Amino acid sequence: MTLSHDFGTWVAALLTLCIFSFLYKDNPLYKFAEHLFVGVSAGYYIVLNFWTVVVPNLYDPLYRAFTRHDPITHAVVERTGGPFAGSVGDYRGWFLIPGLLGLLLFTRLVRRVDWLSRWSLAVIIGVYAGLKTTGFAQGDLVAQAQASLQPLWGHDFWTSVNAILFTIGLLTSLLFFFYSREHKGSLGIAARTGIVFLMVSFGAGYGYTVMSRLSLLIGRFQFLLNDWLGMK
Amino acid sequence: MNLSWLEKLDRRWLFLIVGVLVMGPLLRPIGVPLGSSKPVKQFHDAIAAIPEGAIVLMSCDYDPGGKPELVPMTRTAFRQLMERHCRVVITCLWTGGSGLVDETIEGMAQEMRAEGKDIVYGRDYVDLGYKAGYEAVMVLMGKGIANAFPQDQRANATSSLPLMREVRDYSSFAMLVNISAGYPGTKEWVQQVNSRFHLPMVSGCTAVSAPEYYPYLQSGQLRGLLGGMAGAAEYEKLRGEKGSATKGMDAQSLAHAFVALCIVLGNVVQWTKRRTTP
Repeated sequence: MTLSHDFGTWVAALLTLCIFSFLYKDNPLYKFAEHLFVGVSAGYYIVLNFWTVVVPNLYDPLYRAFTRHDPITHAVVERTGGPFAGSVGDYRGWFLIPGLLGLLLFTRLVRRVDWLSRWSLAVIIGVYAGLKTTGFAQGDLVAQAQASLQPLWGHDFWTSVNAILFTIGLLTSLLFFFYSREHKGSLGIAARTGIVFLMVSFGAGYGYTVMSRLSLLIGRFQFLLNDWLGMK
Repeated sequence: MNLSWLEKLDRRWLFLIVGVLVMGPLLRPIGVPLGSSKPVKQFHDAIAAIPEGAIVLMSCDYDPGGKPELVPMTRTAFRQLMERHCRVVITCLWTGGSGLVDETIEGMAQEMRAEGKDIVYGRDYVDLGYKAGYEAVMVLMGKGIANAFPQDQRANATSSLPLMREVRDYSSFAMLVNISAGYPGTKEWVQQVNSRFHLPMVSGCTAVSAPEYYPYLQSGQLRGLLGGMAGAAEYEKLRGEKGSATKGMDAQSLAHAFVALCIVLGNVVQWTKRRTTP
């Protein structure tokens, strides 16, 4: 066993123990770690987004477009045309438009002009709604409907059983969500069968969720035992 | 047998038992048997079928929250790709993930260099780092990878890297290996890239999102799927490695069995209570 000599590892280990102390009961050590995490995360993400989003995606291209110099090396950038002679992949001065739309989002901080932020939100919502709709139609609706049309008699016995079960599960689960008629008679039987299939899928989902959360715990314990206490 | 005392059991006893069940096997492994499921074999075989020297896009869409499940997958998949002499272009669509992904990939590359393998950054693999924009980035990459990523994670101009001179858009890649912790991740890559640009795809994901992705495997949109730490451990076994996922599986199995036992006991208690209550 060799204790870590790394200051960062010690800080991470002690903060992990502070968070674990909540399992006994709420206490000031847990509160301290929680508040520290929220503050550091907010600061970290702001700085990270500034340097990985704003600078390379907005500032650098604009600097290049208007000064014709590289923002890092200051070497001359050979280009034909002016700052607005852009093309696909070379947007040059046109980056002013997304830059302006980004700034408009901050008008929400001033009540009198906060309506201006709706222009930026309209663009964001419009673009993502469009992308999502076409993506869902191609990737889910068509492809999944196509994959659901399985031959009930497959190559072997178990393939057939699987296909029949799948089809029954699909149809009865869909019928469960059919609310235009009361779930009585044959529709009621189908809907109740659908509930069984839905419960099985919820159970599988729950099992996977437990596995995921336990993995987080195992990851922390591996860190404490291996990286901090050196018990490899 | 009267189990009504379980209703009043302080939950801290449960936390303690889970803690012991997790820590015990990490200190003294018990070697719970581990198989290889069909989706994991499909993942392995899909990568094994990539032609040698092909270029592969590997999008590692996670942050430190997904580390225990997804870093082992990233390491093993990267090693398998390198051993097939594939060239790998790495991207990340999660703000907090680029540093972890770079550290993981570089750590793996250094391990392989120490084993005598000739792996060079820029020639054999490139880390393009993080790009904001979720699905918009995926679509933009279809119009040119350099459009979306003018610089790599180390601030080199993308056009200056030898590997990137051979990469134009999605048609340059033989496969997409997506390691996903949620949004944006496998679902979005399937919707925006697999269905639109017909790029073959495999996925490694957190266990919590695996049930959502199984339909994509069944429909053939995914060629293989690794679900959570269990998927990562099975993949390590197939590759003959013993990484952190394999080491964590004893703890995972014991704690999971305990949770199942708690559910059964909880139901038994409620059932007996209903029977005895008039």
